[in-house]
Amino acid sequence: MSIQVKNLKHIYEKGMPTESVAIEGISFEVGDGEFLGIIGHTGSGKSTLLQHLNGLLKPDEGTIVIGGVDITAPGVSMVDIRKRIGLVFQYPEYQLFEETVAKDVAFGPKNLGLGEEETEERVKEAIELVGLDYDDIKDRSPFELSGGQKRRVAIAGVVAMRPEVLILDEPTAGLDPKAHKDVLNMIEEVHRRTGNITVLVSHNMADIAKLSDKVLVIDSGHMVTMGTPKEVFSKREELSRVGLDLPPITNLTEELRQRGMDIEQTILSVDDAARQIAEYLKDKGHNKC
Amino acid sequence: MLRDITLGQYFPGNSWIHRLDPRIKIMATLLFIIELFIVDNFIGFLIAAVVLGIIVAVSKVPVSYILRGLKPILLILVFTFALNMFMVKGRILWQWKFLHITAEGLELAVFMAIRLILLLMGSSMLTLCTRPIALTDGIERLLSPFKKIGLPAHDIAMMMTIALRFIPTLLEEADKIMKAQQARGADFETGNLMQRAKSLIPILVPLFVSAFRIAQDLAMAMEARCYRGGENRTRMNEMKFKGRDYAAIVMMLLFAAVIIIESKVL
Ligand SMILES: Nc1ncnc2c1ncn2[C@@H]1O[C@H](COP(=O)(O)OP(=O)(O)O)[C@@H](O)[C@H]1O
Ligand SMILES: [Mg+2]
Repeated sequence: MSIQVKNLKHIYEKGMPTESVAIEGISFEVGDGEFLGIIGHTGSGKSTLLQHLNGLLKPDEGTIVIGGVDITAPGVSMVDIRKRIGLVFQYPEYQLFEETVAKDVAFGPKNLGLGEEETEERVKEAIELVGLDYDDIKDRSPFELSGGQKRRVAIAGVVAMRPEVLILDEPTAGLDPKAHKDVLNMIEEVHRRTGNITVLVSHNMADIAKLSDKVLVIDSGHMVTMGTPKEVFSKREELSRVGLDLPPITNLTEELRQRGMDIEQTILSVDDAARQIAEYLKDKGHNKC
Repeated sequence: MLRDITLGQYFPGNSWIHRLDPRIKIMATLLFIIELFIVDNFIGFLIAAVVLGIIVAVSKVPVSYILRGLKPILLILVFTFALNMFMVKGRILWQWKFLHITAEGLELAVFMAIRLILLLMGSSMLTLCTRPIALTDGIERLLSPFKKIGLPAHDIAMMMTIALRFIPTLLEEADKIMKAQQARGADFETGNLMQRAKSLIPILVPLFVSAFRIAQDLAMAMEARCYRGGENRTRMNEMKFKGRDYAAIVMMLLFAAVIIIESKVL
C-alpha cells in the first residue's frame, strides 16, 4: 500500500466571480506504513488536499494513485475507496449524531456492511484504542461527554472502519494539554499497532517532528518542501518565510548553537537535546582541567 | 452540490442594477410580480420576458447561474404543468384510458409554467443584485410607516438580515457534515425513498446542534455589545435616491402602464 500524488490542482467555485485556486502542482509519495506530517498556515490548502485523498473532492488536474488504484479515474467506486481510507475531519465531534456512543461508533462499520458481531467487536476495539473505557461509555449520549471525550469518540468512529490509510485534519486543535497528549498518544498507538499509513495535519511542530517519517510543507496551495523532519526543520528561514516555526526544542538548541555551544544541528527531541547538552558540558569540563 | 442552491443568494457585482437603491428594487420586484398576475395573454409574457432579459443583461449575472437557482423548484414546475394539462376540461387532443389532454389544458399549463418561471427569475434578480444588508435596510425603511400601528419594523429587518446572513454559513456547515459522514461510508445517493430519508438523520441531527450553537453564540455576542434594537440608532449609510433611482421609477411605471394597457384595454 502506497500513495502517489501527482501534480494535483483544485479550483473552488469554478466559473464564479469568486473562483479561487486552492491547491496547485502538489506532488508527493507516501510509502507503506509511513507517517506523513503536513504543515502550513491557515488557508494554505491542507484540508483541501486531504479531501482529495479519499475522493470527497475531485481534482481539476492531476492524479492520485492509492494502492495501485487511480482514484481520480472516472467510474472508480467511492465506497471502496472510503472503506480503505479513513478521514477524520477538523472538529470531528460536530458529526456525532446517535443516541449512544456505541451506536455512533458503529455507524461506519455498519455502512461497510459488517454483521452485528463483527461490528460490536470493532466498536469495542476502537473505543479502547482511543483510550476510553468501553463498558463505562458505550451507553452514554455522545452529547453529554466532555470536549476531549467527544473528539476521541469521533476518531474512534473512523478507526473502527480499520482503514489502511488514516488521515487526521488537526485532530488536537482546541484541546486542553492533557487531552492533546492523549489524542496524540492514541494516534501513535494506532499507527504502531495497525501499521497503517497515517497522514497528520497539525500546527504543533513538536508533534510533527516527533511522529512523522516525512513532512510536507505547503503555502498558499503550493508545495514549499518535503523531506524527513530533520531536513525540513533545518530550513529555518524558509519556514519562517511561510509563517511557520521550528519545534520549541529545536528553536532552543539553535539559539544555543548560535551562542557558541557545540552541539548537533536541528535537534528534534527533548531527550536528544538533554543528552547533547550534557555531553557538551562534560567535554567542556574536561577541557578546563 | 449544496452550493448549487442559488435561490436567495447574492451575486457580487457593480452593475447599474446592483447600485440602485434597494427600496426601488423591492418595489420594482413587487410590481413585476403583480404585473405577472395581471397579464392574461402570451404577448404580455413576451413583453415581461424581454424586460426581464434586459435587466439580466444589464446586471451581468450569468444566465446559467440564474437557471441553476430554478433547479430546486423543477419538481413543482413539472407537477403543476401535469396537473393543469390533465385536469382541465375542453377539446380533447389525446386520450388514454382515463387520462386526457385538452387544448385548453395544454394552453393553461404552458401559461402557468411561463408565469412561474418568470416569477422565480424575477424575484431571484432582487436577491442576486442586492446585498443582504442593503435588502433588509430597504425593507426596514419601507415598513417604517407601519411602526405607528405597532409593527416592529427594525426587529423584522434584523431577523431577516440574520437569516440571510446565515444561509451560506449553514450550507457550509451542512456540506462539511455531509462530507464527514460520507467519509464514514454514508451513502446519500442510492436506495429507495425510505432509506434516503433515513440517511438524512446523520446530517440533520448535527446540523440542528450546530444551528443552535451558532444562534446562541450570536445572541451572546450581540448582548456583549449592548444591542438594544432600533430605538434612536443612526446608520452608517443613509439611503438617498439618486438620478438613476428616479430613472428606474419612470421605467417601472412605463412598464406597468404597457402591461395594463396590453392586458386590460387591448
Ligand atoms: N468549500 C470551499 N469553497 C470555496 N473556497 C474554499 C472552500 N474550502 C476552502 N476554501 C478556500 O481554499 C483555501 C484553502 O483552504 P483549506 O484547504 O481549508 O486550508 P487549510 O486547511 O490549510 O486551512 C482557502 O483560501 C479557503 O478560503
Ligand atoms: Mg483546515
